[in-house]
Amino acid sequence: MELHMNEVDAPVVIDDLANATFKVNRQAFTDPAIWELERQRVFDQCWLYVGHESELTEAGSFLTRKVGGRPVIFVRDGEGEVRVFFDSCPHRGNSVCRGSRGQADRFTCFYHGWAFNTKGELAVVPDPVGYGPGLDRSKLGLGRPPRLEHYRGLYFLSMKPDIVDLRTYLGGAIPYIDSMLDIAVADPVIAAGEQAYNIKANWKLLLENSADIYHGHFTHMRFFTEFLTDVGADLDAWRKIARGDDQNRVETFDYGHAVIDTPIGPLPLFSDKPEVFAKLNKALVEKFGADRAAQLLGRSQNLLIFPNTVMISSWRTIRTFYPVAPDDLECRAWAIVGAEDSPELREARFGNFISFLGPAGFGTPDDVEALENCQRGFAAAGVPYNDLSKGMGRPGGAVANDELQMRAVWRRWAELMDPDFEPGIEKSAAMLAAAE
Amino acid sequence: MTTDTYRAVEQFLFDEAALLDSWQLADWLKLFREDAIYCIPSLDSPEKGPQDSLYLVHDDMTRLGSRVNQFSGRSMWSENPRSRTRRLVSNLRILSQDADEIVLSANFAVFRMRHGRMDTYVGHYEHRIAPVQDGFQFIERKAVLDLEVLNPQGKVSIII
Repeated sequence: MELHMNEVDAPVVIDDLANATFKVNRQAFTDPAIWELERQRVFDQCWLYVGHESELTEAGSFLTRKVGGRPVIFVRDGEGEVRVFFDSCPHRGNSVCRGSRGQADRFTCFYHGWAFNTKGELAVVPDPVGYGPGLDRSKLGLGRPPRLEHYRGLYFLSMKPDIVDLRTYLGGAIPYIDSMLDIAVADPVIAAGEQAYNIKANWKLLLENSADIYHGHFTHMRFFTEFLTDVGADLDAWRKIARGDDQNRVETFDYGHAVIDTPIGPLPLFSDKPEVFAKLNKALVEKFGADRAAQLLGRSQNLLIFPNTVMISSWRTIRTFYPVAPDDLECRAWAIVGAEDSPELREARFGNFISFLGPAGFGTPDDVEALENCQRGFAAAGVPYNDLSKGMGRPGGAVANDELQMRAVWRRWAELMDPDFEPGIEKSAAMLAAAE
Repeated sequence: MTTDTYRAVEQFLFDEAALLDSWQLADWLKLFREDAIYCIPSLDSPEKGPQDSLYLVHDDMTRLGSRVNQFSGRSMWSENPRSRTRRLVSNLRILSQDADEIVLSANFAVFRMRHGRMDTYVGHYEHRIAPVQDGFQFIERKAVLDLEVLNPQGKVSIII
C-alpha cells in the first residue's frame, strides 16, 4: 500500500506487490518534519544498540555515548552490573561525566556539586540548607532509559517501556548475531580504536547501503579489481557472488531486521598470513566443529538490526548511526576480536578490517562519497522517487543481490511512521525454500 | 644535531608535501624504504600500537603501493576527480638521531577542497627516517590526527 504523511502531498512509500514496484519518496531523506517524527515514532519505539560489555573492563569503568540522540553514560557499577544513565544532572541539566571514558566511583556535576554513585543514586547535595521536604533524594538519581537488556553482552536500550523483550525483538536475527560473535575460542571483545565519522547524508541511506550487494561491483570496483588484484587474490569467487551464481540468501525478520548471507571470496584475513589463518581455522574447528567453522569462515553475512545497527561478518564489525539532521548522520563503528587472540592474529584481523572498512579503507570512503552524492542528487527534486523494486519480479523470490532487505527496513519504517500502513508481505527464495 | 641536518630534514618534509599536493604519487612512493610503514592510529586511542587497537591506516609497502595505484585508477570514486589539497608542515623537532635513523615530530594541517567544501585534517607526524645517499627515506611515516571525530570530513581519502 502507500504511506501518506500529513506533511507531504505525495505518498512517501509505494509498496505495490501486484506491479512489482517499490518506491520511496525522496522527501523521506530530506524533509525536516519527517526527520523530527522519526525520533518519536522510530527511534523511541525500538531497541537501540549502546555497547558491548567488554568495553567496560572492571567495576567503575565508564564510557559516554550518544544513543538515539541522547547523551548516556554506559557504566559498570561497583558490584559489576552494567547500567546506562542519561548524562544530565537531575538538578539543572549539566553533564555529570567528564571525559569520554575512564574509571569512576562517583559522577560529580561540576555546576553545583551534586554527585552520584555508579548505581546512579544521588550521593551528595552540597549545602542542602533551604530545601523543603520536597527534596526526595531517592527520586533525584540519574535518569535511566525505561529498558536495558543485553544479548551475549551486546547492550541495547529502549525508550518504550512496554516494548517486547530484546530476545523476542532480535528474533530470527539471533543465529546471525551468533555468527558475528563466534570468532574465537575465547569470548568476543570490542577492540580499542573506535571509528567515529559523520556522513552528510540521510541515515536511511547508510542502512540501505550496509547490506547492498548490488552496489558492490560498481562502487567498490577498486577494492576488487585493484586492491585484491594487487595482493594476488583470486577474483573468480567474488565474480560469482556478484553474479549471484551461488546461494546468495536473503532473509527478513519481524520488527524490520534483515540479513544477506553469501559465500565469501578471498580476503586479506585468509591470504596475508596463511599460517595465522590456518591456526584460527583449526581453533574454530576444535571449538565449534568442522561444519560450523566452515560456515563461520566461509560465508559472509551483513545483518541489519532495525533501525540503526549493522553487523558485518567479513570484517567482524558492529556499527550504529543516528541522524543529527536530515542530511547528516553520525556513525560509530568497532571491530570485534577474540579476547585471547595472539598478537599476530589480532594484527591480521585489524589488517582485514581496514583493508575495506573505515574512513581510510579501500571500501568505506567510496560509500561515503556515494551516499553524500545521493543526498546532493535529491536536491534536483525533479525526480521525486527512489526505486527499490529489484527482486520483486524474480520468479521464485528475491536473492541477496536484490533489494528485498532494503524493502524490509522501509516497510518497518513506514509501519512505525503510520500504524495504518500495511506492508507488503514478500518472501525471499531462501524463506520460501525453508517453508517447504 | 647540526643546523644542516635540521634544515635537510625540514626540506625533505617540505618536498614531500609538495609531491603530495601536486599528486606526484609515484615519486612520493620512492621516498619509502621497502620495509616501511605508513600509518594513522585510531582517533580515540592514538597511544596504542597496531596490535592493540584498530588503526585507520596501517600500510606495508604492498598496501601502500596498491593505495597509490588506486589513486591512479578510475574507480576510486572518493578521489575521482581528485581533490585539491594544501599542506602546512611546521614545528619540526628532531627527537633522536643516530647514523641509521632520525626520529622526528612535526605538526601538520592538511586542507582538502572538493564539492565546494573544505575539510581540514590537523595533527602531528611521528616519523622515523633513514639517511640515504641523496636525502632521506621513510622507515615509518605516522600521522596522528587530533580530530576526535571525522566531522565533517567523513573520510580520509587522501594521504595525510
